[in-house]
Amino acid sequence: MDLRFTGAAPSDAERAAVDALLGPPPSGWEGAAERTDGDLRWATGGASAAKDRRDQLLPALHAVNDRVGWISEGALDYICRRLTVAPAEAYGVATFYSLFSVKPRPAKVLHVCTDLACAARGAGALCGDLRSEFGEPGTPVEGAVWQESPCLGLCERAPAALLLRAGGGPAGEQPTGGTSRCSAVIAPATAPALAAATRSPATAPAEPPAAAAVPQAGDPSLVLLKRVGTVDPASLDDYRAAGGYTALRRAFALGPAGVIREVLDAGLVGRGGAAFPTGRKWQATAQQADGPHYLVCNADESEPGTFKDRVLMEGDPFALIEAMTVAGYAIGAERGYLYLRGEYPRAYERLSNALSAARARGLLGADVLGQGYAFDIEIRRGAGAYICGEETAIFNSIEGQRGEPRSKPPFPVEKGLFGKPTAVNNVETLVNVLPILERGGAAFAATGSGSSTGTKLFCVSGQVARPGIYELPFGANLRDLLGLAGPAENLRAVLLGGAAGGFVRPDELDIPLTFEGTRAAGTTLGSGVVLVLDDSVELPRILLRIAEFFRDESCGQCVPCRVGTVRQEEALHRIVDRTGAGAAEDIALMREVGQAMRDASICGLGQTAWNAVESAIDRLGVYK
Amino acid sequence: MTAVPLRLPRRLVEFTLDGQETRVPEGSTILDACRAAGKDIPTLCQGDTLTPKNACRVCVVEVEGARTLAPACSRRAEAGMTVLTDTERARHSRKVVLELLASSTDLSTTPRAAEWLKEYEAKPDRFGPDAARVNEEPKVDNDLYVRDYDKCVLCYKCVDACGEQWQNTFAIAVAGRGFDARISTEHDAPLTDSACVYCGNCIEVCPTGALSFKSEFDMRAAGTWDEPAQTETTTVCAYCGVGCNVTLHVQDNEIVKVTSPHDNPVTHGNLCIKGRFGFQHVQNRV
Repeated sequence: MDLRFTGAAPSDAERAAVDALLGPPPSGWEGAAERTDGDLRWATGGASAAKDRRDQLLPALHAVNDRVGWISEGALDYICRRLTVAPAEAYGVATFYSLFSVKPRPAKVLHVCTDLACAARGAGALCGDLRSEFGEPGTPVEGAVWQESPCLGLCERAPAALLLRAGGGPAGEQPTGGTSRCSAVIAPATAPALAAATRSPATAPAEPPAAAAVPQAGDPSLVLLKRVGTVDPASLDDYRAAGGYTALRRAFALGPAGVIREVLDAGLVGRGGAAFPTGRKWQATAQQADGPHYLVCNADESEPGTFKDRVLMEGDPFALIEAMTVAGYAIGAERGYLYLRGEYPRAYERLSNALSAARARGLLGADVLGQGYAFDIEIRRGAGAYICGEETAIFNSIEGQRGEPRSKPPFPVEKGLFGKPTAVNNVETLVNVLPILERGGAAFAATGSGSSTGTKLFCVSGQVARPGIYELPFGANLRDLLGLAGPAENLRAVLLGGAAGGFVRPDELDIPLTFEGTRAAGTTLGSGVVLVLDDSVELPRILLRIAEFFRDESCGQCVPCRVGTVRQEEALHRIVDRTGAGAAEDIALMREVGQAMRDASICGLGQTAWNAVESAIDRLGVYK
Repeated sequence: MTAVPLRLPRRLVEFTLDGQETRVPEGSTILDACRAAGKDIPTLCQGDTLTPKNACRVCVVEVEGARTLAPACSRRAEAGMTVLTDTERARHSRKVVLELLASSTDLSTTPRAAEWLKEYEAKPDRFGPDAARVNEEPKVDNDLYVRDYDKCVLCYKCVDACGEQWQNTFAIAVAGRGFDARISTEHDAPLTDSACVYCGNCIEVCPTGALSFKSEFDMRAAGTWDEPAQTETTTVCAYCGVGCNVTLHVQDNEIVKVTSPHDNPVTHGNLCIKGRFGFQHVQNRV
């Protein structure tokens, strides 16, 4: 490729950040400061070599953003030279993600969650305080800037905020964990706490342990959460002492086909929201003649109200690593990608640590457990895009393209990551594989109800006494779950499944929390969100927040979603204070647009964006 | 005469299209089948020289058994499938998509847009006077062509033509996200500072007139653009030995625009800066 670069020079820090990721430039053609005689005589690389490196684009953008706080023209140009990427394309990728900025901004960025769970617990007042103290969002003050954020996955401690600071620590402190940024989670947040943390991120109070999000922690009946809070998440020895890596040994004894048979027998279906049978997905991937096969773990948990995967990854990181190894073995993959949400710094740190510990002990690498099976896992950080949790958008994001969904068919099992057969599984789905192998598929299937087998994690947030992650066998109903969490007295509505899910009324608490039970009740289990709202919450504002969320997170690729989400939000704005006949016309309009979005959008985002609002109108009678 | 390359015979796929048993060569899209059967399905992001992005969604049809509608331009015909092109559900989506487009962008130069809006009884005004629009000023940063993104429906065709599907220049890409997504050079720089080589192949594929010759843009602004009065003469470009066909669009004895036949085996509709824009010497009159 004959690319034209802008010629803008990177700063020393930007150059160093990129070189730390990619190594020093091998020749003048790839951005070395000097062009040698050898460079002029020998050409290396070319378009095919560039193709192999394109997937480093997102990590390279992260490297600069982590070090400097934003991506300048010079930095982008240097990345493009290093990776042989057209500057226009790289600019398109950089501007796709909300954690990146291509305009100068302070090193410290405070993300204040204003999404559903936080809105139900005082995010509005918090933002009001921040406005009076620091000005409007986006105004730089004292080397920091605050901005409103979609759900940060910290719903049990709402209202929440995440502070990200670019650059190393103070006075020569070396960056750790492969990243030069520093982060602090402040939740529950108050304006003074945020102000103090922003002034001095390093002295922000430490986060509570992951187990604090699990009210049932230590309960012997737990299956998926059994190690959270009882085992040191940083210690591989602890994990093994608690029964870790027995599933992988069992997998090697069974062979790949045997593993898939157990998963099929167990009746495991995906926990990310779509409830597709995991065994069938694995079987279809394993059977593909084309290779190599890839495993992608979807840890881009961004559905508002969802935080179960974060708690699993922070509280029991080795379980995910082991489960991915089992899955990779079953589908015949040598490489797994763990696509982790960019807003989860602690999960990144814990998983990075778990990966290196597993590698050091031969539990990952060229010869896993001496069984002649080669497998390794790479963590890829997202950069603030809900859409990248869509199973094909995740491929584009890993490949260094804009995170836009692909149209299906072809399906991922046939043409997925890098165009090769790929199995994509959610974190919770994968972790379920461990008890399946430890106890056998049939024993796993004995728990549950109907075609929903095993246990399910529920993310309970909003106006309850004990918000957090609850694990219940399938078959429990909403009343059982709320009984554990201590619901609000004046219950107004429960949102099931997140922003893409649906509302149910207080008189519908007998809905069984199974895939078929919720479907029969005309709602969805989705990713397991149970957001409880009492009558202190203004529902039209909550609906408006949902519509804003989808408008902000639409990738913009297809018309029904790109423009439809905007029209829906406009209509909700118009009727925010109206009811009855005053709202009827706009509701009819939203129904028409919603139908087209559901029918004609490319991916699940557009197809489900209208669900929650529709259910609020039909089931709760919000605008009556 | 155009040489017809010999290929292996393609198997035929049999399926039901609007109740009619239909046979099309394997690999054909539903749109191919519809067109072969004389059905008129609206399309924007589909083009005869490009692989469609299927982003515009005006061509959606109903495939029996599918949860959602399918884009006719991209979905391949499969044996035994039942396709309905004119159901209320499909027509509803097409209508809403046209309304969403017409309420946010300027479709005044999109061929057939007015006809489709009428056919589907689309009422873009019903989103109210405050409905957000793209609201872009035309970008006039060079003497050859104009980018009027107020008319852009983000069909991705220009990006694909500039990039790996034809030109391999990669001067433009989609930047931003959602409703704020725009076709852009790096850092939104003027074309003159970008990698653009002014082949104009993006103009050739633009379905809405968002990209146009400067000559056409100026004449439209002056109210002198008169397409019915134009003649089209296809000839061979004289600049080099490749032998590209150029079609000269002439109004009042002046070349106002140059295209290339899409079925030409040399160009497939593409030209270089010389063939596309280097016509002034023809009409230099002393």
